[in-house]
Amino acid sequence: MLGMNKNDTTMLLLVAALTMLAPFILNPFPTDSGLAQFNAGYPDLMQRFVIFGIFAIGFNILFGLTGYLSFGHAAFLGVGSYSAVWMFKLLAMNVIPAILLSVVMAGVFALLIGYVSLRRSGIYFSILTLAFAQMSFNLAYSVLTPITNGETGLQLSLDDPRVLGVSQTADGSIPVTNLFGLEMRSTFEMAVGPWAFQFNAGYYLCALILLAVFYLSIRIFRSPFGLMLKAVKSNQQRMNYTGLNTRPYTLAAFVISGMYAGLAGGLLASMDPLAGAERMQWTASGEVVLMTILGGAGTLIGPVLGAGFIKYFENIFSKINESVLHSWFGALPDGLEDLLVTLVYPFVGKGWHMTLGILFVLVVVFLPGGLVEGGQRVTAWIRSKKAGGNKPTSTTEPAE
Amino acid sequence: MGILEVKGVNKRFGGLQALGDVNLSVKENSVHAIIGPNGAGKSTLLNCLVGKLIPDTGSVMFDGQSVLGRAPYEINQMGISRVFQTPEIFGELSVMENMMIPCFAKRDGAFEMNAIGSVLSQKDIIAKAEEMLKDMNMADKRHMNAASLSRGDKRRLEIGMCLSQEPRLLLLDEPTAGMARADTNNTIDLLKQISDERDITIAIIEHDMHVVFSLADRITVLAQGTPLVEDEPQNIRGNPKVREAYLGESG
Repeated sequence: MLGMNKNDTTMLLLVAALTMLAPFILNPFPTDSGLAQFNAGYPDLMQRFVIFGIFAIGFNILFGLTGYLSFGHAAFLGVGSYSAVWMFKLLAMNVIPAILLSVVMAGVFALLIGYVSLRRSGIYFSILTLAFAQMSFNLAYSVLTPITNGETGLQLSLDDPRVLGVSQTADGSIPVTNLFGLEMRSTFEMAVGPWAFQFNAGYYLCALILLAVFYLSIRIFRSPFGLMLKAVKSNQQRMNYTGLNTRPYTLAAFVISGMYAGLAGGLLASMDPLAGAERMQWTASGEVVLMTILGGAGTLIGPVLGAGFIKYFENIFSKINESVLHSWFGALPDGLEDLLVTLVYPFVGKGWHMTLGILFVLVVVFLPGGLVEGGQRVTAWIRSKKAGGNKPTSTTEPAE
Repeated sequence: MGILEVKGVNKRFGGLQALGDVNLSVKENSVHAIIGPNGAGKSTLLNCLVGKLIPDTGSVMFDGQSVLGRAPYEINQMGISRVFQTPEIFGELSVMENMMIPCFAKRDGAFEMNAIGSVLSQKDIIAKAEEMLKDMNMADKRHMNAASLSRGDKRRLEIGMCLSQEPRLLLLDEPTAGMARADTNNTIDLLKQISDERDITIAIIEHDMHVVFSLADRITVLAQGTPLVEDEPQNIRGNPKVREAYLGESG
């Protein structure tokens, strides 16, 4: 279907089902149950799942295929956000021109930064991209304040021109982002018994865009261009002596992945029209590296899984505080309850970074192919159980 | 006039004169061997031919065009393919993919942005790669990971990859180094077959005299960065200067 083989079509349909049904899937617990805090099906978080999924899919085109580890991709995310907010300030509150401008601007920045950084490979390339991103971050805080509004961040105001829209609505407030009138914040709530499911316009826009760019990344992976990128990762010497110029290939991959990042940045701003410099900081660049590796670098679906996993941790796991723990272990004798709470507490709530760090180490050491490899091992194990034979449980197939 | 003309090439590394006034002419459709003791400058000369090094003085002409100052990929696109001492292949990719990449390079040039069409829809490339795999007796290994091939098969694959670009000059850097006798003989047979069946010039750097005398139409002996003598194999064997500089060392 659509020029894809059966496996890729299945995967695309799977991702489509997951994203379209996310409001149900992420809200498995009734609203008044004790487990409701593990529900992730609210618009703000669902939007972030798919937006960072897009970011990671793009990053994976560079890192997963060519092996060039960029440590500065958040710069393009930031550029995308600033561009989108400027579009909301100057032109109109429709998200389409804002998203288009963020993709284009991120592409231009990626072309400049990539052109210089790709003169080196390996650790030197990583350091160069990190340096450029930190430079962008610091510039956004200091000399570029007229464009970025420094520490406060770029926000909409009542006296923005908005030449194709209105500066303020009839009741004197700032207009909201929309898609030809459909407000991004508009949410339809469906109550089914004790459950409440939320369907948000902004989320579905992001989800549809995710599906489109996921499809695009499948096509890139399976194309001659994708094969050349894999060849860059495998052996640049042989490429050069096979008459292939590696520079334009890596630069094209860098620009494409930069544009994915810009798209993600533009979508972040479209859901919530403000942009701050911290979006460009090295921690944000590092986060997308974690997502890609955790999910499975070089695999198609891995980065999406990794992004969802990390965002879930960041938003849900971090909410488990001491009183929640006490309510969990409340049925136990007091001494035991306190002991368990003391033992578990460092790993949840504000300690979620530690749990994530431990998980990351475990994945890198035991599952170098990320969550995707984990899934494949489980499937292989189940199959060998079913077959009743003693087939090896691990698989050496490329994780795609 | 040969297809490859090297004139007055000098190359210094600090105080070391690696190549001193090297002249070399490789005739079209011949097999030309370059031999010499360790440190004679064979590899330096080869690197000057493929663009990895630029000579301090002198000229290197391929088919009437200078190769100096061009990047390795440009020189390759002119029609010079190189086989490395240790097989350089795309280890993480399948044998078939390895064979398709040079076919793409031949058809599309140094860079082509085809990011939407599927690899599997490139019928001409697939047909060509499959034919070359058949020629190399590797058709049954097409789905294998290239890294898991045996040393001899890696060598065959690399030679096949070079041939699928239809080069006019094939450079081989000690193609049988580290190979068992049987693999060496297979490689000799393969190279003989290539030179007989194809319209191709082969230049080979080799230590193994068995290989050199089985293949070469002409031999250049390098010693201390300068060509000592250039002649046909039967004359090289008896040449006292060569015996002293090279063969004498081992015998």
